[in-house]
Amino acid sequence: MDPIGWTAERIREGTATGDIDPVEVVERTLERIRSRNPRINAFLYTDEAGALRAAERVQERVRRGGPPGWLLGVPVAVKDNQCTAGTPTTAGSAMLDGYRPPYAAHVVERIQEEGGIIVGKTNLDEFGMGSSCEHSAFGPVRHPQDPERTPGGSSGGSAAAVADGMACLATGSDTGGSIRLPASLCGIVGLKPTYGRVSRHGLVAYASSMDQIGPLARGVRDAALMMNALAGRDPRDATSSSRPVPDYRADLERGVRGLRLGLMEESMGEGLDAEVERAVRGAAEALRDQGAEVVPCSLPHTAYAATAYYVTAMAEASSNLARYDGVRYGFRAPASSAAALVAGSRGRGFGLEVKRRVLLGAFVLSAGYADAYYRKAARIRTLVRRDFERAFATGLDALIGPTCPHRAIRLGERVDDPVRMYLEDVHTVSANLAGLPAVSVPAGKAGDGLPAGVQILGGPFEEGTILRIGRAVEKARGGARLLDGET
Amino acid sequence: MSTTYEMVIGVEVHARLATRSKMFCGCANRFGAAPGTLACPVCAGLPGSLPVPNRRAFELGLRVCLALSCRIGRSTRFDRKHYFYPDLPKNYQITQYDEPLGVDGRMEVDLPKEGILPVRIRRVHLEEDAGKNLHGREGGSSLVDLNRAGAPLVEIVTEPDFRSPSQAKAFLQALQRLLRTLEVSNANMEEGSLRGEPNLSLRPAGADALGVKTEIKNLNSFGAVERALRREAERQRGILEAGGRVRPETLLWDEGRGETRPMRSKEEAHDYRYFPEPDIPPVRLDAGWVEEIRGGLAELPLARRRRFERAYGLDAAEAGILTEERALADAFEACVRAYPRPADVSRFYQKEVRRLLNEKGWRMQDFPVPPEQIARLLRLVEEGGLNPAQARACLAEAASTGRPVDAVRKEKGLEQLRDASRLSRVVAGVVAEHPRAVEHVRRGKEAKAVGHLMGVIMRETGGRADPKAARSLLVRALREAAGEGRGNAGVP
Repeated sequence: MDPIGWTAERIREGTATGDIDPVEVVERTLERIRSRNPRINAFLYTDEAGALRAAERVQERVRRGGPPGWLLGVPVAVKDNQCTAGTPTTAGSAMLDGYRPPYAAHVVERIQEEGGIIVGKTNLDEFGMGSSCEHSAFGPVRHPQDPERTPGGSSGGSAAAVADGMACLATGSDTGGSIRLPASLCGIVGLKPTYGRVSRHGLVAYASSMDQIGPLARGVRDAALMMNALAGRDPRDATSSSRPVPDYRADLERGVRGLRLGLMEESMGEGLDAEVERAVRGAAEALRDQGAEVVPCSLPHTAYAATAYYVTAMAEASSNLARYDGVRYGFRAPASSAAALVAGSRGRGFGLEVKRRVLLGAFVLSAGYADAYYRKAARIRTLVRRDFERAFATGLDALIGPTCPHRAIRLGERVDDPVRMYLEDVHTVSANLAGLPAVSVPAGKAGDGLPAGVQILGGPFEEGTILRIGRAVEKARGGARLLDGET
Repeated sequence: MSTTYEMVIGVEVHARLATRSKMFCGCANRFGAAPGTLACPVCAGLPGSLPVPNRRAFELGLRVCLALSCRIGRSTRFDRKHYFYPDLPKNYQITQYDEPLGVDGRMEVDLPKEGILPVRIRRVHLEEDAGKNLHGREGGSSLVDLNRAGAPLVEIVTEPDFRSPSQAKAFLQALQRLLRTLEVSNANMEEGSLRGEPNLSLRPAGADALGVKTEIKNLNSFGAVERALRREAERQRGILEAGGRVRPETLLWDEGRGETRPMRSKEEAHDYRYFPEPDIPPVRLDAGWVEEIRGGLAELPLARRRRFERAYGLDAAEAGILTEERALADAFEACVRAYPRPADVSRFYQKEVRRLLNEKGWRMQDFPVPPEQIARLLRLVEEGGLNPAQARACLAEAASTGRPVDAVRKEKGLEQLRDASRLSRVVAGVVAEHPRAVEHVRRGKEAKAVGHLMGVIMRETGGRADPKAARSLLVRALREAAGEGRGNAGVP
């Protein structure tokens, strides 16, 4: 038996019936990590003993005839900005090197309750600030298919781990595209849920009004399965929604006949890689073939979305990261006064990109500038949200467009050009500004084999609808396979 | 030529809300626990921790807003206020900036000599407290105690409506009574659960424009508020008279030296970079909820004092003392319901009960003798069942044992003498010893004679004689004695 490459659904069912031994699945997965991670650097930490113990508990649970759990026996990777009790949680930052949280994130608890087996913590851009995983304090993640390329970011470790079979599923977090972008570049599925659908309790905050945790999987069905485990009300997060959670797999096979989809015009023009455009148009065509109506749709304020996003995200980041001062936990620079301790710890503990965003964020909030920057961005945010409300009010069920303007880029290609790097997120940030769910699904590959994703964006809490559309794309376009070609 | 200056004073007050748990987490909101024992990931600002607002804190905050007649919006929200300080775990404080809980309120302060001073309340809002730095321990290092971090505070800001330090002090005292009456806060300045930070500027008398103000912190008593303001007014006057300019700054009061000193060594313009707290959605202040809180609002001290004067015919001073503490006012009213002689009840509470409280070091809310028992005691005194000294002894005994007045009285042998034969003997003896009283009865002055001899009987029985029974026996005995005499005179 080689469970590498199996779907989560298959592992879950096999484990529940006793046909699959979860310990064997985990052993094989850990072996895979051992052999492949040194090259890819997707994992910052693997907890072999913990994973094996968890697998034994699943065995026991099956023996006792306990509830199956949505993730029974499934090896899961967790992005390292989500707290795991007693095991390292660095958020990709030297500031938190060696930090072990005393409590677990809500999503970590949920994964464990549902029988999932956490195999390790994945690499990311420091505090989620980046689109290429080159801003990790612990070295970049490499694309499984081409080690000279980036898998995208900031959930690049999670995306690479899933794409490469080092985990069956992974959590990511998405503030401006950090789940969808690496999913698109690694040829897998990544869903950013509606803001408030998944609890942020235990998620190391980047920009609180936009951060959202979501699943990365090789297939839409598995992403839906994982959403069943992650979604739901958590009283420890005041922004968490109390809406009931449906079974996100229920409507996946219903097809798209009769759905009205808007092709986001503004994202199909200038600056879009021809291969990506071909993939997106191909996906749109496939949906039309299956009975959906695809119409052009304009969101006029999209042009300002990236600017508004960065101003807002940096402002919130400057505030959220103020707590890293060397006083209570994390990196502490030696110093002889309280002020020097704070300045030294922050000066040395944070990486360049984080410092850039913290400084810019403090600036846009400062007296005399907040009106021109922070508050103006807040107004643009409202306009972007209204664009979407208007589009959905005209009877559109979902919107489609590219996830990323291009396919995986080379390491170092943009790392020194922050403005160009920020534009990686140009198509993804709108969903975060508006709090809407969006999923990236593989839409095809070019001659060089590098994948491109199509983004499907829905109304509030319409995760089921966009996953259903994603499922139709996946069926038509072939979906994800393991990137290394071994299976 | 010297200028006369007018003081312009405003006050900013922080009161710690008397909730069970903290403002944004489930940790206990308590004073005096061992350092670091009341703290969780939220208090420590650990990565990934999130604030969840305490509903009870809103209720208490709304009580304050309603009692101060503030305008209350339909929704309110929190903001982040940023500054780096080791006792502030997140390096920002969750507070309310441009959508506070209440605005534009007012309060009337009754000044002993000047009468009623109307004070405008600028705003009332909720926020979290910081931790506490502990210096000079463990080889010169400093520690941070997070027990207080995240404790719920209500901040109340007045307009600059005070013209003297004593007015500001009287306001703080009145506000303390109000907060305690509303059961919103212990409002104890020495414990730090009530902190008053006044600001002061001077201007030439009669001028409209405001001068440059300074703010004073570290005031641990009402007296300190008054002293610090006096001292600061002198300091500013000195500067102005020398032709100088007052610097806008925050000063710390040094109670030992009786002077203020600048809090920061150099002038730092703080930019707090406020923005809406994204972790907490705006809180809707549902009208039904607000009305429910209004309905449950306790009567405010000043209103109650006026009602006491009106309804019970007490004078202002007496009513003032009774309403200073809610527990006392409540007890007084309950007692009057059972024994409707307000003047007697008031006197008894202010004299006997107060004496006992002072003796034992109790607070009124801990006083163990219920008002109904006080009423019983007063009735016994009225009926002559107890003399004042006995009543006092009974009260002390009831207070320390927690037993009812009648039981105490019995134990002490102070219960009524009702036994007819024993009473008759006492009465007969008294009548025999007072022939002049019998003479009075004969001359139609029975009431006078009865009144006089009842006093004698009570004295002789140590106040124990059942007044009703004794009186009827006495009347009968007197009439008989008087009749016998008349018989001798040959009346038909």
